[in-house]
Amino acid sequence: MPRITVSVDGVTYEEEVEPRLLLVHLLRDRLGKTGTPIGCDTGNCGACTVTLDGRSAKSCSVLAVQADGSEVVTIEGLARGQEWHPMQEAFHAEHALQCGYCTPGMIMAAIDLLKDDPDPSEEAVRRGLEGNLCRCTGYSNIVRAVQRGAREMARQEAPRETRPETRQEAPAS
Amino acid sequence: MTEQLDAGLVAERIAESDQLGRPSDAHEVGRARRRKEDARLVTGRTTWTDNIQLPGMLYVAFLRSPMAHARITRIDTSAARARPGVVAVHSGQDFADEQGSLPCAWPVTEDILIPDHPPMAVNEVRYAGEAVACVVATDRHRAADALEAIEVDYEPLEAVVDMTEALAEGAPRVHESGNRAFTWKFAQGDIDAAFRDAPVVIEREYVQQRLIPTAMEPRAVVAATDGETFTLHSSTQIPHVLRVMLAMTTGIPEHRLRVIAPDVGGGFGSKLQVTAEEVLALLLTRRLGKPVKWTESRSEGNLTVHHGRDQLQRIRIAAERDGRVRGVKVELLADMGAYLMLVTPGIPLLGAFMYSGIYKMDAYDFTCTGVFTTKMPTDAYRGAGRPEATFAIERAVDELAAELGLDPVEVRRRNWITHEEFPYTTVCGLTYDSGNYEAATDRALALFGYDALRAEQAERRARRDPVQLGVGVSTYTEMCGLAPSRVLGSLSYGAGGWEHATVRMLPTGKVEVVTGTSPHGQGHETAWSQITADALGVPFEDVTVLHGDTAISHKGMDTYGSRSLVVGGVAVLSACEKVKDRARELAAHMLEASADDIEFSDGSFKVRGTAQGRTIQELALAAFAAHDLPDGFEPSLDAESTFDPDNFSFPHGTHLCAVEVDTETGASRIRSYVAVDDVGSVVNPLIVEGQVHGGIAQGIGQALFEEAIHDSEGNLLTTTMSDYLIPSAADLPEFTTDRTETPATSNPLGVKGVGEAGTIASTPAVVNAIVDALRPYGVHDVRMPCTPERVWRTIAEARSTGPAGTGGPPEASAAGSAPTSEGGLR
Repeated sequence: MPRITVSVDGVTYEEEVEPRLLLVHLLRDRLGKTGTPIGCDTGNCGACTVTLDGRSAKSCSVLAVQADGSEVVTIEGLARGQEWHPMQEAFHAEHALQCGYCTPGMIMAAIDLLKDDPDPSEEAVRRGLEGNLCRCTGYSNIVRAVQRGAREMARQEAPRETRPETRQEAPAS
Repeated sequence: MTEQLDAGLVAERIAESDQLGRPSDAHEVGRARRRKEDARLVTGRTTWTDNIQLPGMLYVAFLRSPMAHARITRIDTSAARARPGVVAVHSGQDFADEQGSLPCAWPVTEDILIPDHPPMAVNEVRYAGEAVACVVATDRHRAADALEAIEVDYEPLEAVVDMTEALAEGAPRVHESGNRAFTWKFAQGDIDAAFRDAPVVIEREYVQQRLIPTAMEPRAVVAATDGETFTLHSSTQIPHVLRVMLAMTTGIPEHRLRVIAPDVGGGFGSKLQVTAEEVLALLLTRRLGKPVKWTESRSEGNLTVHHGRDQLQRIRIAAERDGRVRGVKVELLADMGAYLMLVTPGIPLLGAFMYSGIYKMDAYDFTCTGVFTTKMPTDAYRGAGRPEATFAIERAVDELAAELGLDPVEVRRRNWITHEEFPYTTVCGLTYDSGNYEAATDRALALFGYDALRAEQAERRARRDPVQLGVGVSTYTEMCGLAPSRVLGSLSYGAGGWEHATVRMLPTGKVEVVTGTSPHGQGHETAWSQITADALGVPFEDVTVLHGDTAISHKGMDTYGSRSLVVGGVAVLSACEKVKDRARELAAHMLEASADDIEFSDGSFKVRGTAQGRTIQELALAAFAAHDLPDGFEPSLDAESTFDPDNFSFPHGTHLCAVEVDTETGASRIRSYVAVDDVGSVVNPLIVEGQVHGGIAQGIGQALFEEAIHDSEGNLLTTTMSDYLIPSAADLPEFTTDRTETPATSNPLGVKGVGEAGTIASTPAVVNAIVDALRPYGVHDVRMPCTPERVWRTIAEARSTGPAGTGGPPEASAAGSAPTSEGGLR
């Protein structure tokens, strides 16, 4: 069986895998990374989205052997200790999740979306998340959360002296 | 949690923490509390059933019938048994003596046919996807591989796909006993008199297409036993009901069976079921002495999670010339699929009482025939009977308005129950306790800009714009809070509709609330904490809500039918009141006062007119220590309550939808959507708004995108998410939502339920808008889902088959002038 080396959430793993093993099954069944769920078997739903070498990937559509030598970040690797990623905070603040099953993939896809468009319009968020399905929220609050997360990420990344004034957010209600 | 929050969130958090001192005007109920559930969900520390790993666990895979209807003539499992890692292979014959029949808890008539429903087919399969064999192996891949080595010979039988054909003389039979499961009738008033000489009669047929609920988490089951007791983890909405039913089905004594619903990723009714896989997992763990796990793939789920809707509706309205409705007559064919599952036959009956909607009338007549076909059984899907009823009446009222040349809102005004008429007993015999249809509608019309949109519509019609604008109205109500046990009994349902709660005061003053509801995305941990915090005067953060495990929550009726808050939330409140009564008695003893002189506010029991008092936390510790209790006082403040409502609750609202329909391509685009809902008092506006959003999205899904399609041989063609389309973010608009609040008078919280409202309201709003856009083309209906192809074909058909001129230019009909032959579809 092929032997692969893959970094997941900052930990390096060496694993022998069947060539057919999907990355998502490696993550869930072998490495215990159950924060990344599986929602379909055709690559439509996006629940299993992770980042692979910095860009989002549906881990059900990647073979484990293809991730050899790569760096994978899952929803479990986003927070720093007790400190959540701004996108996790934003999903909480905007009530952008109900059952939460799509949420890990949605958050990972949202963060990736901002790499191409750091200040996306509502339309851009909707188009950008087309490959991630949610059955609970109707997406309105997800769109708001992504825009909120984007603003917070921009604020955190801006040099201190040039940080824009923080905007007052009305509660979502 | 990060401290690097944005200013708004920080300000909000400070505001929240300020409230920990609980000034007297602080109320938790009504606040937009962020959810307690979120922390584990946004960080991936979840316990979905498929996440569970137990030592020595084995994995189950099912071989499923590729035919809708066939006799099984031979199964050879020997090659599969020899595959590496395979521990066991079983066919239905192996379970025949112990698997029993999956239960149907709702025998709606005395003469209903309830065929045997073996969890694994033994001699005959009756829908494509029915399990015929299973493999148990050391990992999921080996189990799936070995399925390929099982040989099954089938002798094909005729599929029964169409309900009308199923009822025809000489039709092939799904079951020996026949294809008609039941006929259920309900009549009030003199329907013949209502239709006799009626100035206007509208008759329409609507197709409620078959839907696949599509919760994002596929079903999964983990079963384990120590030889004496059994534990079943399942992605279910109904751990309590499931335990009772599994005990009855498998013969495992109820007290030796523990059912756990861990984190559950959505349900929408699809996980309100006792499934074949749950039963078979228990039988396998009993046989093998090892824990077993089964997780479905999405394709497997589309085949074998129960489906929703699938009714043919004929609705007739008799009305006066001024639009006032005299009576409504409804005939339904409801596709049961191949078997009657947990509440399959009752689903259309949940709609039976809602066809009168919010309207006054003198007579009503309803007949429903349940029909067997060789398809996956249908059962509850969000709204369950009520969306179908609301769709039919709301579509038909629009047709009535069109027939009379009246504005559809005006026709509704002439018929609806006015706010001063509540409580109002409808023609169907339900007593609507409260409501204000005028207020909700006026608010919706204002937010929507109704008059401006009508003006734009007229203008587009006049200039023959190929993109036409339609305005859809839906003024719905629903019966929620399932349900008063006595009513359920009168409808032959197998159980009651009460709900249970226990409130435990812990020695340190913290609170555990145990609820019989079983949330799977609804936010009960948050909302029940808010109710408890207010009732007991304790901080929101000091409350933990426990649920979903029959060993912890020993009693409950679970979560469906917009019942959790209306029944379960009220049980929590009631248990809190009992805790307070006990605390008051203890406080009186400790303060040497009469209980009548003890006042409760802000979490403290004080002697009236003095500063002398004890906090509820102090009393909890005193009860725990039990050093100085009143005579006969048990050392605890804990209390439980089982609440059984007297009546349903009746949320209502007005949803308005503007759709642009491209008459050249058939494409529809929702331009704006306004929902004003009245769900009574609101515990958490964030959660309410979220439920409304999600409900609207699912209703739009039925209107525009979703349909489970079978070919003529009964094969499901929409087995994947590439074929069965649920809406994505790009498919949906931003929703404008608002509320009016007319508290329910049937429960002390004044709440009405919100889980299904959006789904019930939105489907007719969208389809009414599309038909409204196309009326000048002679279109009176578009069958759902209103895909571009179907819209295009409908326009083409109306143009070619309609009376001369109906395919004429839009402005002609709109202006009421004579149509010409130009325009319309080009």
